[in-house]
Amino acid sequence: MSSWPILSLVTFLPLVGALFCLVVNGPKEAVDRNCRSAALLTSLATFLVSLVLWVRFDPAKASFQFEEKLDWVPALSIGYHVGVDGISLFFVLLSTLLTPICILASWESVQVRVKEYMIAFLVLETFMVGMFCALDLALFYVFFEGVLIPMFLIIGVWGGKRRVYAAFKFFLYTLLGSVLMLLAIIAIYWQVGTTDLPTAMEKLELPFTWQCWLWLAFFASFAVKVPMWPVHTWLPDAHVEAPTAGSVILAGVLLKMGGYGFLRFSIPLLPEASQYFAPLVFGLSIVAVIYTSLVALVQEDMKKLIAYSSVAHMGFVTIGAFIMNMQSVQGSIFQMLSHGIVSAALFLCVGVVYDRMHTREIAAYGGLVHRMPRYAFTFMFFTLASVGLPGLSGFVGEFLVLVGTFKANTWVAFLATTGIILGAAYALWLYRKIIFGELTKDSLKGILDMNRREIAVFLPLVLITLWMGIYPSSFLDPMAPAVDKLIGDYQAALKLARTAALAP
Amino acid sequence: MVVGLESWTLARPELFLAAAAMLLLIYGVVRGEVATPFVSVATSVVLLVTVVLLFAPYREGTAFASLFIVDRLTATMKAMVLVGAAVAVLMSRSYFEQAKAWRFEYPVLVALATLGMMLMISANDLMSLYVGLELQSLALYVIAAFQRDSLRSTEAGVKYFVLGSVASGMLLFGASLIYGFCGGTAFVQISRALLDGKAAEFGVVVGLVFVVAGLAFKVSAVPFHMWTPDVYEGAPTPVTALFAVAPKIAAISLMVSVLMGPFKPLFLQWQQIIVVAAVLSMALGAFAALRQQNIKRLMAYSSIGNVGYVLLGLASGSEKGIQSIVFYLAIYLVMTLGVFATILMMKRRGVMVESVSDLAGLAKSQPMMAFAMLLFMFSLAGIPPLAGFWGKLYIFIAAVEAKLYIPAVLGVLASVVASYYYLRIVKVMYFDEAADALDSTPFGVYRTVAFASAILVTLFSLAPQPLSLIAASAAKGLFP
Repeated sequence: MSSWPILSLVTFLPLVGALFCLVVNGPKEAVDRNCRSAALLTSLATFLVSLVLWVRFDPAKASFQFEEKLDWVPALSIGYHVGVDGISLFFVLLSTLLTPICILASWESVQVRVKEYMIAFLVLETFMVGMFCALDLALFYVFFEGVLIPMFLIIGVWGGKRRVYAAFKFFLYTLLGSVLMLLAIIAIYWQVGTTDLPTAMEKLELPFTWQCWLWLAFFASFAVKVPMWPVHTWLPDAHVEAPTAGSVILAGVLLKMGGYGFLRFSIPLLPEASQYFAPLVFGLSIVAVIYTSLVALVQEDMKKLIAYSSVAHMGFVTIGAFIMNMQSVQGSIFQMLSHGIVSAALFLCVGVVYDRMHTREIAAYGGLVHRMPRYAFTFMFFTLASVGLPGLSGFVGEFLVLVGTFKANTWVAFLATTGIILGAAYALWLYRKIIFGELTKDSLKGILDMNRREIAVFLPLVLITLWMGIYPSSFLDPMAPAVDKLIGDYQAALKLARTAALAP
Repeated sequence: MVVGLESWTLARPELFLAAAAMLLLIYGVVRGEVATPFVSVATSVVLLVTVVLLFAPYREGTAFASLFIVDRLTATMKAMVLVGAAVAVLMSRSYFEQAKAWRFEYPVLVALATLGMMLMISANDLMSLYVGLELQSLALYVIAAFQRDSLRSTEAGVKYFVLGSVASGMLLFGASLIYGFCGGTAFVQISRALLDGKAAEFGVVVGLVFVVAGLAFKVSAVPFHMWTPDVYEGAPTPVTALFAVAPKIAAISLMVSVLMGPFKPLFLQWQQIIVVAAVLSMALGAFAALRQQNIKRLMAYSSIGNVGYVLLGLASGSEKGIQSIVFYLAIYLVMTLGVFATILMMKRRGVMVESVSDLAGLAKSQPMMAFAMLLFMFSLAGIPPLAGFWGKLYIFIAAVEAKLYIPAVLGVLASVVASYYYLRIVKVMYFDEAADALDSTPFGVYRTVAFASAILVTLFSLAPQPLSLIAASAAKGLFP
């Protein structure tokens, strides 16, 4: 075990870059250039440090590793307690991977207020990583909500035409869910006397009705974040109006905060209520999978289509998380990671043509394969990964979730599978419309293929997608003990509750 | 504990402030208008020296035959009031100079109002309570109308005076009822009468309702808030800044010491009133501000909302609740002073402007000022990790522990609604293009105050612990 506060380093290193950007001064061009480089370098350094985390991580242990514990606000027994286990480790890595990619992707597309843009992204990275590491409910809440501030600015300042509407909708929707969670956290604090998560997991004993109320409060927050139908409507707006990199982070990391929250808080803290409400989650998820897939079929805007597909894919995540067996939970986490990479890459693909043509309308494109073969390949690759082609990452997650679900509930599995078919339909339809066909539009005749920078953006994502598809064990094995413990504790808690109920 | 003849020394800060205010008044009268700059700077210095006197050396006890009490809570509250008043005086000069209303009476009146506030905070008897309250109010009525040539300012003064007098009347009527039913005006007598069951409870409760109504007027809690938006908008901006902090903190402190002191035995009765006022204030503060265009008016509704949260802390009636009030007020003081310093910087070609849309494009023309305002707005909205979040968290913890679940839920929902108009200001500054940029402010009081507030907000955000220790020790005053 290292004595280095390595998690804090990963969390707060981006702030160093943000501070540098804040103080840098001079003519506009120089400032812009320096800020871009500083942001890229800090985020790359952060990524490298987070790799150390993976190397040093002991995959046999189910407990939290790299723990750090400091008093923060002792008056309220709030501590700075961080640590990662097999579940959160990969989310930290996902965040640190996507941030440099986002910065690289906005290298040329962002030309106004570059300094503020880079600061916002680095601060956002700190909040994201901190949220996945937090082992204190209040600390988690601080990071969870803190994310809203930079994201609000990113959508609102650098977004598209209806950016103000989208930014407000995003902020208020998420805030409304979160404040209810805050009350739930306060209630837990009041019961346990501390906001420390491991202590709360051990000590929290609530009557069933209370569990239900608290579960619903957590649900309000996480369901908006995931997002689950019917509270998903902020997502298409936010995705469409956000700049490319903003959509990437939204789809890649922010949506995972909801799924992660279910696994980290709702299920371990409130097991009985989780079981009680599982059918509700299944119902909403199935509606999400089928309904939003159908909605995706009729979209005219590329980003909107991918946004709706995200809702559908996240439906699998929530089903898997609440089926609560080994395959389904692992599949659910894997699906989140895979979706984090693949949907991020798809938004980047949209960004590539948007930077050239400044439109996202599907009808404005067609026949790009003639001018952009490299782009056509990349887009095809990620479309297939999103559809779930065996050998690519999307398949593993969906398959595991469906296997696990089938064992527990055949009908849920059956209905969820229709989503895969619909998913293939809209994704391939989108691909055909944009890439194939005759190149008839005059405006497209001079379009250029991807340049080196863009290839550098996509290459790591392609490799990781292949890796996750071909050898998923390098990701599944480290998370197995933690998932095992999660399920074991959950079953034990349910058993305890049952015996208590049967006792005279 | 100080007892006996020496006990007058407990009132040293008040006596010092009173003497200094008189001397400055005499000096101003003798020297005339030329004395104004000196008097104003001296008043700020005197106010800050009074803060030092509060704590060096700190002593507690009661004085003047129990009319006057000093403990940790009153000392902390007084310190906040004094700091707020001192900063407000510092921020007044360039505004009044421009309005050609810069007279030496102004700082002296602020000093006298502050003296009244200190007496209110330390009141331990319904009589001293009323005297302090009236000293404060009369000085403030004049200050509100200080810009004599401005129709709006005089209107604000008259409105404040008329409605304030009604409130004082109610308070006095309630006090007389309480005196009648309890047989005394001293807090100790009231408390004893209630505990012994000698007082006819119904009569006391009626009196208490009147007293609470009068105090609710002073803290501008719903349904006694009507004067606030008009007075905030009409009064000269530095005066609005003063109104938003000092009298509010003083009145809340008074409310706390009255309700948690002599009327503690009637907790269940007054809790209902306070809960209703709290919920209504939070809701009105959130909804009514949504469509405001004038930033001072918006801040008026914001302050109504903030009072709602403070009252929620009071309604919990616990030590945690009092801690949360002190904690919340300290953060509120810093944020509000920062916001008003920024509002005072809003000038276009030398003319003060005060509409929200005038901030458009500020992020481009004055990035630092916009960033400070962004911090204040997110903090007021209660978004973590900013300081305002800790204040709200503290309040809600106290409320949940007191089993006020429904008010707490309504409170967080109101805070979501309220965050809309705080965000709107951020939106105007950051998302909108400037039609006509504001003047950049030269380095001076306003910028210093804004930056100091921004830095304090940041510090409170990252390390709320020291402040919560202060709050905890202050609450010990009521829960020894």
